[in-house]
Amino acid sequence: MSDKIFRSLLLVSALILLLIFAGMFFSLSKGAVPAFREFGFFGFIFSDKWISGTGQSTEQYGALAFIAGTLMTSILALLICLPFSLPVAFFVGEYFRGKKVAGVLGGIVDLLAGIPSIVYGLWGFYALRPLIQSLGLSEQGFGVLTSSLVLAIMIIPYAASLSAEFIRMVPQELKEGAYSLGATRAEVIRNIIFPTSFSGIFSAYVLALGRAIGETMAVTMLIGNTSRIPRGLMDTGNTMASIIANQFGEADGLKLSSLIAIGLLLFLITAIVNFLGRLMIKRHSV
Amino acid sequence: MSSLKYRLFKNKLLTLSVVIFSALTAVPLVLIIGKVFLKGWRQINWDFFTKTTPTTLDALLAINNNQPIPGGIANGIVGTLMMVLVASVIAIPLGVMCGIYLSENRKTKFSTVVRFLTDLLQGTPSIILGIIAYLWVVIPLKGYSALAGSVALAIMMLPLIVRSTEETMNLLPASLKEAGLALGSPYRSVVLKVLLPSAFGGVFTGILLAVSRVIGETAPLMLTALGATTIQWDITKPASAVSLLIWEFYNDPNLQSMIWSASLFLLLLVLSLNILAKQLAKKWRI
Amino acid sequence: MENLNKTPILSLKKLCVSYTPGKFAVNNVSADIYEGLITSVMGPSGCGKSTLIRAINRMHELYPDIRISGNIELKGRDLLHINPSEVRRMAGMVFQRPNPFPTMSIYDNVLAGYKLIGIKQSRHEKDELVESSLKSVGLWDEVKDGLSKRGSFLSGGQQQRLCIARALALKPDILLMDEPTSALDPIATNLIEELLVKLKKEVTIVIVTHNMTQAARISDYSMFMYLGELVEYDRTEIMFTNPSDKRTEEYLTGKFG
Repeated sequence: MSDKIFRSLLLVSALILLLIFAGMFFSLSKGAVPAFREFGFFGFIFSDKWISGTGQSTEQYGALAFIAGTLMTSILALLICLPFSLPVAFFVGEYFRGKKVAGVLGGIVDLLAGIPSIVYGLWGFYALRPLIQSLGLSEQGFGVLTSSLVLAIMIIPYAASLSAEFIRMVPQELKEGAYSLGATRAEVIRNIIFPTSFSGIFSAYVLALGRAIGETMAVTMLIGNTSRIPRGLMDTGNTMASIIANQFGEADGLKLSSLIAIGLLLFLITAIVNFLGRLMIKRHSV
Repeated sequence: MSSLKYRLFKNKLLTLSVVIFSALTAVPLVLIIGKVFLKGWRQINWDFFTKTTPTTLDALLAINNNQPIPGGIANGIVGTLMMVLVASVIAIPLGVMCGIYLSENRKTKFSTVVRFLTDLLQGTPSIILGIIAYLWVVIPLKGYSALAGSVALAIMMLPLIVRSTEETMNLLPASLKEAGLALGSPYRSVVLKVLLPSAFGGVFTGILLAVSRVIGETAPLMLTALGATTIQWDITKPASAVSLLIWEFYNDPNLQSMIWSASLFLLLLVLSLNILAKQLAKKWRI
Repeated sequence: MENLNKTPILSLKKLCVSYTPGKFAVNNVSADIYEGLITSVMGPSGCGKSTLIRAINRMHELYPDIRISGNIELKGRDLLHINPSEVRRMAGMVFQRPNPFPTMSIYDNVLAGYKLIGIKQSRHEKDELVESSLKSVGLWDEVKDGLSKRGSFLSGGQQQRLCIARALALKPDILLMDEPTSALDPIATNLIEELLVKLKKEVTIVIVTHNMTQAARISDYSMFMYLGELVEYDRTEIMFTNPSDKRTEEYLTGKFG
C-alpha cells in the first residue's frame, strides 16, 4: 500500500461521511414525495388532520399536530430544565470549580445522559405518571406536561455540562478585576461571568433544545398518543418522533410516505437547530 | 438599596440556591436507579441470562399458578451484542479514518464542511436513523434484519468516533509526526504506527462512549431489527435486543414483571460502560 | 536629599501568608507605607511580592486554601477584620495584564466599581466622574469621542490606563499595582510611569515590579523581598546607592534574580 492509496483512503472515508449525510437528506426527500404530491408541501405542514382511514379516499395526513406537540414539549422541557441546569453549571464551573464535589456532581449529572431513553420512559410511566394523577393534574397522567418533565431531566446534562465549560472559560483576570472593585461573588456572576459567557450558555441551551426535539422513546411512552394539537399542558398529543415510533411499523403507502415526510421535517428542524447552536459556539469562542 | 448587609445577604442567598438546586438535580438519578434496582433485582438469575423470552401464554400460566415467569432475555442480549458488534465493525474503521483525515487536513474548506456535518449527524434524532436504515437496508433486502439495526447504530456511532479521534490526534505534538517523517518513514506508517498508537487512549474511550450511547437505543431498532423470540445468529434475519424486549414487556400485560429486570440489566450495562470510559479517560489523561 | 512626607497610611505588622501550612510565601513582614508616595516592591520571582500586595486587599480570599495572619491597618482601620468588599474599595488594584470588562463600554468600565455593586448615580454625577477619572489617567482626549465603544478595542497601554481610571473612580486610599507594565511595550510603559508620578498627589501607590530601573525612576521608597522576607525597606536613593543588606546589593547588581 503506497502513501497515495493511504491518503486517498482517508479522503474517501471523509467523503463517505459527507455522502451519508447527503444520502439521508436525499432518501428522506424521495420517500416524502408521495405525501407532498398528494397534500402539497405547505398543505402537509399546515394541516392538523391525521386520519388513517381504511379506504384510500378517507386518508388524510398533515404534520401540524405533531409539529405543535414537538414544540410544546421541547420548549416546556427547556423551561423546566433551566432552574436546575443553570445552578449545576455554576456549581461545577464556578462555585466549586476544580473541587472534588464539583467532580462528583458533574459525574452524577453526566450519568443522567447515560440512562437509556426507554428506561426514562418506564420511570415516567410507573413513577411520575401516578404522581401526576394523584396531584389531580390530569386523569390519565399522560400528556405534554408529563413528557416535558421527563424530557427536562434528560436534557439537563447536555445543557449543564456545556454551560459549565463556558462559565469555566471566563478569564480569571476579569473576575479578579471585578472582585478588586469590591464586588461580591453574586455581583461578579451577574455582571461579569454571566454576560461574558452568555452566548456560549445560550448555544448550550439551543443544543439541548435540539436533543429534546428529537427524543423519541420516553415521549412515545408518556405523551398519550393522540393525533391532534394538544389543547393545553395537561392534554395528550404526539410529537414528530413519537408518531413515527408509534405508527411506522404498520404503515404503508401514503401513510408511510407521510411518516417519512415528518421524518424529513424533523431531520431538517434538528439540523437547523444544531447548526445554529454550533454556529453560536464558534462565534463565541472567536 | 445597596447597603453592604443587603448585598452580602443576596450573595449568600445565591450561593444557597445554587447548592440546593444543584443537589435537587441529583435526585432523579437516585430515584430512577433506585426504582429500577428495587423492582428488578429479584428476577435476575441464571435463567434470566440463558433462556429466551417466554410467550404470553407461558407467562399467563405461570402467573395463574403463582410461579415466577419462566425464561429470560438471552435472545435480547445476543441480539444487542451482535448488532453493536456489527455496527462497530462498520463505524470504527470509517470513523477513525475520517477523524485522522480531519486532523491531518485541519484548515481546508472540505474539512470544515465534513466537521460541521459530523456535528449535525450527532444531533440527528435516532428515530431518523431508523427510517434511514429502513430505507437503505430493510427495503432492498425485503425484510427486517439485524443488519439494518446495525446500520442505524453505526451511523449513530460515527460522529462520536470521528470527533474523539480528531480531537485526540489534534492534541498530539507536531514534533511526533515530524520526528517520524524525518526518519524517512512513509506517511502511512507514521500515521498508523506512531500517531494512532499515541492517540489510542482517546480513540478507545471515544469508541466506548459511542457503544454506551447506542447499546440502549430502542427507537431505531423498532423500525429495523423488529424483534425475535428466539436467539438469532443470522444478521439478515430479524433480531431482538434488550431494549426491544423492554418495549415488548411494556406492551404485554402478562410480561410486565420482566420489565424491571431487563431495564436493570440494560441500565447497569450502559452506566458501567459509561463510567469505564470516563475512568479510562481520566487515567490516560485525555 | 529632599524631605519626604513620613505620615504612615498603611501599616503591616507581622504579616504572614501561607499557601500550604508551614510554608510562608510572605514571612513576618512589618512595614509602614507613607501617604502620597510611591513605594515599590522588588525581588526575584517567587519572592512573595505579589502575594504581599494581594494580601492587602484580601484578594487571596478568592482561593480558600490561603492563610493570612498578622495585622494590616489602612488609615487606622483593621483590614483583616472588615468585609473584603469594603477593603477592596479602599485599596484599589491594577493587574499585570490589562483587564477591562469586555462586555462593557469604556464609559461603563470607568463606572464599573459603582455598577457592579448596584449604586445608582445621576447622569450628571456619572459624566463628571468618567471625565475626571479619564482625565487623571490622560485618556480623556484619546477616547472622549468613543465612550460607548467596548474597552477591548483600545491598545494595551490604553486598556491599562482605563483600568487605572476604573480603580481611581472609587477614590481609594491606596492603589496597589501588580507589575502593571510587564505586558506593555516601552512607550506605553513610559507613559504609565509618568502618569504614576503625577498621580501620587491624589493617591498613595504601592507598585510591585521586577524592573529595577522602573523602581529607581519612579518610587520614593523601595522594598526588597527575598524568599518571603522583607530584606530591606528604605528610601529608593539609599537602597540603590548604599544598600545595607548583602542580598539587596547582589540583586541590584544583577548577581541573581
